[in-house]
Amino acid sequence: MLLIPCPYCGERPEIEFSYGGEAHVVRAPANATDAEWTAFLYQRSNARGSYAERWRHAHGCGRFFNARRNTVTDFFEQTYKIGEVPA
Amino acid sequence: MADIALAHADARRTAPLPGAVDRRIEKSAPLTRFVLRLPEESLTAAGAALGLDFTAPINRAVTSGDRTALRLGPDEWLVLAPATDAAIPGGLAAGLAGRLFSLVDVSHRQTGIRLAGPHAAAMINAVCPLDLGLAAFPVGMATRTIFAKADIVLWRTSPASFHLEIWRSFAPYVAALLHEIGREYPD
Amino acid sequence: MTQTYRLATGGLIDRSRTVPFTFDGKAMTGHAGDTLASALLANGVHLVGRSFKYHRPRGIVSAGAEEPNALVGVGRDEGHYTPNLRATQVELYHGLRAESQNRMPSLERDVGSITDRLWRFFPAGFYYKTFMWPKGAWTKFFEPRIRAIAGLGRSPAAPDAARYAQIYAHCDVLVIGAGPAGLSAALTAAETGARVIICDEQAQFGGALLAEPGKSAWLAEQRARLAGFANITMLPRTIAFGYFPHNMIGLAQDLTDHQGEASDDAPRGRLWQVRARQVITATGAIERPLVFPDNDRPGIMLADAARTYVERYAVKPGNRAVVFTAHDDAYRAAVSLHRAGVAIAAIVDLRESPAGPGLDAARTAGLPVRTHATIIGTEGNLRVAAVSVATIGETKSERIACDLVLMSGGFTPSVHLFSQSRGKLAFDPALDAFIPGTPAEPTIAAGAAAGCQSLEAAIASGRAAGLSATGQAVAAPVAETGAAGFLGEVPHGRDPASVRAFVDFQNDVTAKDITLALSEGFRSIEHVKRYTTTGMATDQGKTSNMNALGIVSKSLGVAIPSIGTTTFRMPYTPIPFGYFAGYARGELVEPVRETPIHAWAAEHGAVFEDVSLWKRARYFPRGAETMHDAVARECAAVRAGVGLFDASTLGKIEITGPDAAEFLNRMYVNAWTKLKPGRLRYGILLREDGFIIDDGVVGRIADDRFHVTTTTGGAARVLNMMEDYLQTEFTDLKVWLTSTTEQYAVIAVQGPRARAVIAPLVEDADISAAAMPHMSVVECRVAGVPARLFRVSFTGELGFEINVPADYGRAVWEAVAQAGQAHGIVPYGTETMHVLRAEKGYIIVGQETDGTATPDDVGLTWAIGKAKPDFVGKRALARTALASQTDRKQLVGLLTADPAEVLEEGAHLVADPAQAVPMTMLGHVTSSYWSAALNRSIALAMVRNGRARIGQTLHVPLPGRSVAVTLTDPVFYDPEGARLDG
Repeated sequence: MLLIPCPYCGERPEIEFSYGGEAHVVRAPANATDAEWTAFLYQRSNARGSYAERWRHAHGCGRFFNARRNTVTDFFEQTYKIGEVPA
Repeated sequence: MADIALAHADARRTAPLPGAVDRRIEKSAPLTRFVLRLPEESLTAAGAALGLDFTAPINRAVTSGDRTALRLGPDEWLVLAPATDAAIPGGLAAGLAGRLFSLVDVSHRQTGIRLAGPHAAAMINAVCPLDLGLAAFPVGMATRTIFAKADIVLWRTSPASFHLEIWRSFAPYVAALLHEIGREYPD
Repeated sequence: MTQTYRLATGGLIDRSRTVPFTFDGKAMTGHAGDTLASALLANGVHLVGRSFKYHRPRGIVSAGAEEPNALVGVGRDEGHYTPNLRATQVELYHGLRAESQNRMPSLERDVGSITDRLWRFFPAGFYYKTFMWPKGAWTKFFEPRIRAIAGLGRSPAAPDAARYAQIYAHCDVLVIGAGPAGLSAALTAAETGARVIICDEQAQFGGALLAEPGKSAWLAEQRARLAGFANITMLPRTIAFGYFPHNMIGLAQDLTDHQGEASDDAPRGRLWQVRARQVITATGAIERPLVFPDNDRPGIMLADAARTYVERYAVKPGNRAVVFTAHDDAYRAAVSLHRAGVAIAAIVDLRESPAGPGLDAARTAGLPVRTHATIIGTEGNLRVAAVSVATIGETKSERIACDLVLMSGGFTPSVHLFSQSRGKLAFDPALDAFIPGTPAEPTIAAGAAAGCQSLEAAIASGRAAGLSATGQAVAAPVAETGAAGFLGEVPHGRDPASVRAFVDFQNDVTAKDITLALSEGFRSIEHVKRYTTTGMATDQGKTSNMNALGIVSKSLGVAIPSIGTTTFRMPYTPIPFGYFAGYARGELVEPVRETPIHAWAAEHGAVFEDVSLWKRARYFPRGAETMHDAVARECAAVRAGVGLFDASTLGKIEITGPDAAEFLNRMYVNAWTKLKPGRLRYGILLREDGFIIDDGVVGRIADDRFHVTTTTGGAARVLNMMEDYLQTEFTDLKVWLTSTTEQYAVIAVQGPRARAVIAPLVEDADISAAAMPHMSVVECRVAGVPARLFRVSFTGELGFEINVPADYGRAVWEAVAQAGQAHGIVPYGTETMHVLRAEKGYIIVGQETDGTATPDDVGLTWAIGKAKPDFVGKRALARTALASQTDRKQLVGLLTADPAEVLEEGAHLVADPAQAVPMTMLGHVTSSYWSAALNRSIALAMVRNGRARIGQTLHVPLPGRSVAVTLTDPVFYDPEGARLDG
């Protein structure tokens, strides 16, 4: 079970969290082209290595936050609040 | 049907945990409960209105008199008070006039139980993954967490006692599980 | 039998306590402190099992977790039966009942051993090559028969009667293994005040020192020191079976197995999930067998295991032994056995010129040593009787009679847990072994697990690990000491095709099988492993992997580090499923959610159904009523009079804040800005891909406060989705969300007499038709308690839903029931609710919709706020692919030609039932009921281009016949909606 550093609560066990997919995917506006909309809805980088992703401390503070996790080692490089720019 | 007054209605409340559970697992008295959401700029005024320190850090309880506020999120508090305390909505409305806040009555949404005894932490740790050592989870710490397959609020009220807030339909499950776990820990 | 092989003195057993037990029904005795294996050996029993494939007789090889052969089933009855236990780890208790496995009818006379005589026909990959034809025969014919012959333990025939406990624990340092290195590490770490947990699979701490009488004083001192630290948790009988990410270790602690046939009141074992800042793996090393022809006969065992039986258990494993070695340690074993009275017929050393204190001691004791020699074969049926010894490179051999063969190919560090943690292994050429290299987690290996073979080195490395784990400086790197041994098949000069030198005892893999795999072109060690199955048995190759690697290395001429190792996986040893189930059994398997009105429903005979975790009253049968009768009666009562329904499970979300309406605008397809306080609206929620995910009625309580309802099963999902958008997308909005699902009990009163029933109970509100029209909400008192009273209908009739604080739910329900008596009120359940809404063509998300339905597909385009600039899913509804698709499935009603025919939900619809299979499907039935109101069956269906087909006839193909149906509008009852006003 991963130990996830919630930016609000500190390190907490994985089962308190829910996963939210890739981070920093910008929502396409209602007037987006088909290609833009497709990219927003379906296309993800699925990076091997450092990957920006969203988590929610669902059974904790309830906050969504962003993280960089290495998908090879499963270690978190950093977590940061929504709206913050990663270091 | 005006003959059924609200004062009499309290006698007709049906608690989600009928009967005694376990000698170490005690149902809390009926409480008034609110989910209070406060943006940063409302903290001081809300504190003055309710007599509670809303600037205390996340995952901590602050108590004043009969009222307690558990800071469960950066802008979220669970306010607990005796069932007879009817002054919270009015007090906040007056004290926070013109300021942002959100207050939702959840008195009946959940139920409280108190778990006490030398093995209280171990009994919770049977199915709760948090570090409940006193250094990591000191007296006065309060947080939402996982208890087996239930979401609970866990508040440490003394080194060997905890107050649990549980959504009412999950309360029988949590109580039965604690009772089952308690078989291993004869006090 | 009377323990004829028990020594008169020595060992850690308690001779004053004689422990009776049975093995395959045969009564024997041992002593307290014995394992099942040591007790069997004390009774002269080596033959304990038949091998997996060839049914060869097999004996006890080891004294620990690595045991490949001595697998037994233990337990007093089927409810307490555990198969595949290693006899070397089973603590003896009074009355223990053990049985051997994979033999029929008995160990001595096993019919399956015919495969042994036919062994030439069962090479590696035999099954893959042989049972390919005819098609289908493998699963139907061959596999069941092969499985009956080839196998290990059997599953118990009854549910596990034991209880299991679980716990999460945290510590600064977790020390795995309480041998000299682990003890030193734990004590060193504890001195800093760190929280330390130390576990060991054995009943007593000490590890290898338990078989070292000379070290008992040191051991006692360390144990006493451990007990003095309040910050050390000691877990004996606890196996660390798995290394999970971020330093979480799974431990399985035996609590009562060793106590005998204990009451089920106390848990059998406890699963520990330990999160450690630092882990120290002091897991020791495992001695390697030597791979020589017929090296698997009972009586052939690891040298250090034999020494352990003598020194720790005071058991003579035989009378006359031949010691076969490539490592100095076996000399220590030879001297130990010699002192215990075992005749050492020969020490056969593969090495040309061994030297060292071990050899000196053996020579001093007068033991015969042959160097540069090898064993080229063995004899004996159920027990080894003789070996043939030859000088390496020569064919002339000497036959030496014996009843015991000790073998030692050197030691393999136990790197399983380190490897599970994804740490990189490093090959140490001096040891001919993989040792922990670069760690991936905060973990340190110590002692023999790190390659330290001497006691002094092990203690020093444990101490260094303890210092390092608590952040202290380590004075000097610990020198790893020790010697290599031998890897691979020993030289024997015989025709490799005609001998069987076993590498993996548990899976019956021979050296020849591995060379065959190589000759057939397999190169990757992972492929060789899977083709030959070496290392794939329940012991995961603890004794075999390195020898398999040695064979591959020599055959291919590739150095071992270039071949690499196979992957070590959890569990380190098999763990009963009960440990993982823990408390989650029976009624505690998952929460059962009941509404505040549940008890009333139960008292009134309700039949319940599961809806997500909730129990919902499905119908209320009276007397001998069937569901059909009860539902027909309940439906009629609602349509003609009034019914009472518990809707408490509906999800509820309180949305507050000045931007609440704008938030709803962006989330739901509907427009909310103009909804006035006191009014309700039916809302539809889409995913970003445009498909319906949830629906529900939303009430505006105040300008800045909405009462949102969701489906029962969608409550958590919808709240999470809303939080997601609020926190990460619409961060400009001042809005807060609170789940109020359980704050309110919801009592639906539906039917033409609904207003008449509740009117006397309502205070502080005018609920007349004029003051409170359909789709409105008022805050008031009902039966004396504060309520949010909705005028809303999911039945098509005049209806109210009374939301009251949950603790009052039952009281208010009873008040309504009582007030309704004069009106003939009837409680109804979810089945009736389903029929009534289907008569009205109201959809249920998840029943009519399946995650691919748009609002238009189910006829809800009217709900979309078309002027809104955006909402979740808006862009998707405009996508080209959707617009150009002309044959989407659309919601329609179905009427069967025979009104008595009630279709199966899920049945398919076709144009021509006579067409060839597979038929072209045009749609499927989503809901189907008997309608009491219409006195006929009705159904809803999703049909391609269905709205254009209304009036047409389609067919539902069924086995042997088909049913003709006419497509209709989905609203069957009161299409004008006149009844909503009572």
